[in-house]
Amino acid sequence: METKKPKNVFQEGAITSDFIGNSIYKHQTKTSIGAHNIFLGQVRADEIDGKTVSAIEYTAYEDMANQKFHDIRESAFEKFDLTCMHIYHSLGTVKAGEICLFVFVSSPRRKVVFEALEYIVEAIKADVPVFGKEIFEDHSHQWKLNT
Amino acid sequence: MLLTIKYFGLIAEVTQISEETLEFSGKQISELLTLLYAKYEALKTKDFQVAQNQELVATDALVNGQEIALLPPFAGG
Repeated sequence: METKKPKNVFQEGAITSDFIGNSIYKHQTKTSIGAHNIFLGQVRADEIDGKTVSAIEYTAYEDMANQKFHDIRESAFEKFDLTCMHIYHSLGTVKAGEICLFVFVSSPRRKVVFEALEYIVEAIKADVPVFGKEIFEDHSHQWKLNT
Repeated sequence: MLLTIKYFGLIAEVTQISEETLEFSGKQISELLTLLYAKYEALKTKDFQVAQNQELVATDALVNGQEIALLPPFAGG
């Protein structure tokens, strides 16, 4: 497989439903695809010690993160019969209820996309140096931990 | 050797800077951490991993890269 330079996965701010809809639309020309699967990570208004999370401010070690996204991508293509895959992650402020992660996999057949999507999302959570500052309504904050 | 040290998230809050260059004459990552603990005492109580040239390394690894990063727990997605 040819080695490509890592793409930039990051977008400033929330990932909009227009962007997501348009990504689906762009696949209508790829007619070997029979199944898509999509994961959308949404910022949750967690309540912690009586305070509610109003937004998450994302930062990343961007060069390493893009390299890790690239490695995850290569390994997903090796493991699964995918036609294409796309990953987008937010940087900066994403409000509760907005989308911060969009993973989109496509394959000729459905079984593959269920397995591939879970593999990719779990790898992102475990391996990619992205950091989240949970901002409360009173402007205090704490650092998010993936569980 | 001259190292660039990068700090992120909670760790950057402790150091109050996101990046610095440092002259280092030791061998292992653990020696570098001893230096950093002396400089930023509160680091000792924080949970983080170390990356060298963008790959995670153990504390007994040799310092041979120019870019070291202190990474708090990941929170992507």
